[in-house]
Amino acid sequence: MNPNKKRLRRTMMFLNVQKPGLIKDPYIYGPDSIILDLEDAVAENQKDAARFSLFHALREINYRGVERVVRINALDTPYWKEDIRCAVTGGCDGIRIPKTESPMDVKLVEDAVEYAERESGRPVGSVLIMAAIESARGVMKALDICEASERLFGIALSGGDYTKDLQTHITGTGIELMGARQNLVIAARAAGIQCFDTVYTDLDDMDGFRQDVENIHLMGFDGKSIINPRQIRIVHEIYTPSEKDIIFAEKVVREIDEKKKLGIGVFTVDGKMIDIAFYDGAKRTIALAKASGVYRGDL
Amino acid sequence: MINAVGRDIPEEILEMTGKEVFRGNHYFDGYTYRKHGPSTTCVINSNGSKLVSGLREAIEKCGIRDGMTISFHHHFREGDYVVNMVMEEIHKMGIKDITICASSLGKAHDPIVPYIEDGTITNIRSSGVRGKIGEAISKGKLKGLAVMQSHGGRVRSIATGEVEIDIAFIGAPTCDDYGNCRGIGGKSNCGVLSYAMADALHADKVIAITDCLVPFPNFPAHISMTRVDYVVEVDAIGDPEKIATGAAKPTTDQRKLMMADYCTRFVVNSPYFKNGFSYQTGVGGASIASTISLAREMRKRNVRMRFGVGGLTKPMCDLLINDQVDCLLDTQDFDLDAVESVKDLRHFRISAGQYADPFNKGAVVNKLDFVILAALEVDVNFNCNVVVGSDGMLTGAQGGHPDTAAGAKCAIVIAPLLQGRIPAICTEVTTVTTPGESVDVVITDYGIAINPRRQDLIEAMKEVDLPFKTIEELRDMAYSITGEPERVQFADRVVGIIESRDGTIMDVVRQIKSFEFSDK
Repeated sequence: MNPNKKRLRRTMMFLNVQKPGLIKDPYIYGPDSIILDLEDAVAENQKDAARFSLFHALREINYRGVERVVRINALDTPYWKEDIRCAVTGGCDGIRIPKTESPMDVKLVEDAVEYAERESGRPVGSVLIMAAIESARGVMKALDICEASERLFGIALSGGDYTKDLQTHITGTGIELMGARQNLVIAARAAGIQCFDTVYTDLDDMDGFRQDVENIHLMGFDGKSIINPRQIRIVHEIYTPSEKDIIFAEKVVREIDEKKKLGIGVFTVDGKMIDIAFYDGAKRTIALAKASGVYRGDL
Repeated sequence: MINAVGRDIPEEILEMTGKEVFRGNHYFDGYTYRKHGPSTTCVINSNGSKLVSGLREAIEKCGIRDGMTISFHHHFREGDYVVNMVMEEIHKMGIKDITICASSLGKAHDPIVPYIEDGTITNIRSSGVRGKIGEAISKGKLKGLAVMQSHGGRVRSIATGEVEIDIAFIGAPTCDDYGNCRGIGGKSNCGVLSYAMADALHADKVIAITDCLVPFPNFPAHISMTRVDYVVEVDAIGDPEKIATGAAKPTTDQRKLMMADYCTRFVVNSPYFKNGFSYQTGVGGASIASTISLAREMRKRNVRMRFGVGGLTKPMCDLLINDQVDCLLDTQDFDLDAVESVKDLRHFRISAGQYADPFNKGAVVNKLDFVILAALEVDVNFNCNVVVGSDGMLTGAQGGHPDTAAGAKCAIVIAPLLQGRIPAICTEVTTVTTPGESVDVVITDYGIAINPRRQDLIEAMKEVDLPFKTIEELRDMAYSITGEPERVQFADRVVGIIESRDGTIMDVVRQIKSFEFSDK
């Protein structure tokens, strides 16, 4: 398995690949991933120019550990194959498929990615894939999509197109997204991959944004697509485990390691019953704490 | 001769100016001298008014002649009409070889460039120059020298008599017929007249120019009638829209907000952030944003400021309104909120001398805990450049930068790592205007560097979660993105000097020349 498949992705920031001022140093804001966009941000007659910009950015700019995902054009356009060639040859870490509706979409992209890997001499399997779900059909097919490829690290809800398909609109309350969110996060968990929430487009309503992030955090999402660096800190703040959670997670990890040696399966920590099922969750809490810069322990 | 910041000052410049090279911030500490007094023409006759028919008559009565030094203040900023109207009149009179001693010159003064070219003006002293005047000087059109001074350094040069002002022209928002000037009221309301106070004290002749003549006595006067020889009434001394603008909308630029946030986190974690601290900041987007976020932290941590200094803007005045600071000390008002705030009894006007003159018995800057500054360039020795563009052109002003940086216990410079495609953090600044010994911290969008001279601050920040880097690391990051720029090429002729606040020479500015590619 690609070791990056399960990396931390609290924030995935969209960037218009044709804006040099945006793509030159987004890492200073500390997003976990950036999504260099060849699709909606780029006008129809600028698709080739955008690929040049993308290729040079991937080749020349040191993104200092921030994951570089490329959103390609949809599979019903003439652009997507060349988008993949350019992104993979440039050295991207992942491809985001827009408007995914079936496992076949994922497989098509997988084949093109592998072809591009071989063509450019990159190790096969080095480029990951994520699928954006933007329609009612996509939501209903979510589990099949999630299980379509070993390369697929996650799925993301794209709320704008999805609500249009559902014949409603973004209200700011989240009511219109409830079913899709629930469905996607369940499907992703069932398949053992990650799940990301849709963008929040009202940059002036930071309170609404915070509320939105708090909701999706509790629903189980791994992170959120974002459109502006000012949204990063709020997401990371909400995804930062509390000190109490960290201390408890530390105890759980230590105790399980300890008790395993003694052959004990079930025991209590701070009065709560604990078994091996808590292990991954506790590990994830520690990893989140480390990524958030609040972990002072030695695990 | 090499000075304390490693700049080679040509011998002929030292001879020509009679100046020494910069030897460090405290070289003159304890120096004793007698201040320069103006010649004074007594007015005993009680029949007269000081009001004259116009600018021409006032200038003639002051006995203007070739080679004189005249002075101006810059409280009307980019809305100033006074410099241009006076120079036009002097030019019409055929006077030559004038030295202008202004507290600052800006783009509003582009119209005086022809007078530089025809020899009406041959020397300029100013905090800085922008626009076409800067270009004219950098291209060698000024026959003499441009001397760039800090606000404190200017007062020093006037008070010591190094600069003898023959005629001071003081634009006054309100004035009576006997010369009592106030910075407030009228249509050209600028709040304070701090920069003109030294001129009024030391110039041989003082002409007050106003567009709002009020009945005697215009009290309390900010510049007293006892210092004023003539009063001139004109239609307008400035464009109110450009004198004090509406408060700048707080920036939404995430890069600036991030640097402001770093700055505030640094300030609140430093040992000086405690009840009774003092603070000054400038007018840049990041500076204003850092004042706003600092106010939030002060409220959260229940910490109160004793005094704020400025160059004031709305966020500083808001501290007063919200009762988070005991008082404000004001040398200049940048927006209408600051002008309005002057009415508050806890908002005090101070002179530029009180503010920053290193050659008096102690200036306000010496009592500063924090100053938040900007810079065009900072080098690995923490030397800053705020006057000469990276293209070699004179394009900025020292202002209070060297004064406050020298005085404050913690001088913080905020600069984006890259200014467009030019690295702001570099191996060697184009021109040194503030010495690295004054600068404690540099905050960029890519990380924060503490001056190694400040091991105490490095120690204090050990546990603080901020992206600390060495200044060399920041420079290397900048160069890794842009490449290392080739040095600007200058011609031999020295067109200006950067005067240290104590009057010594910090650096020289040479004439620019077209870039020549080497064959290598």
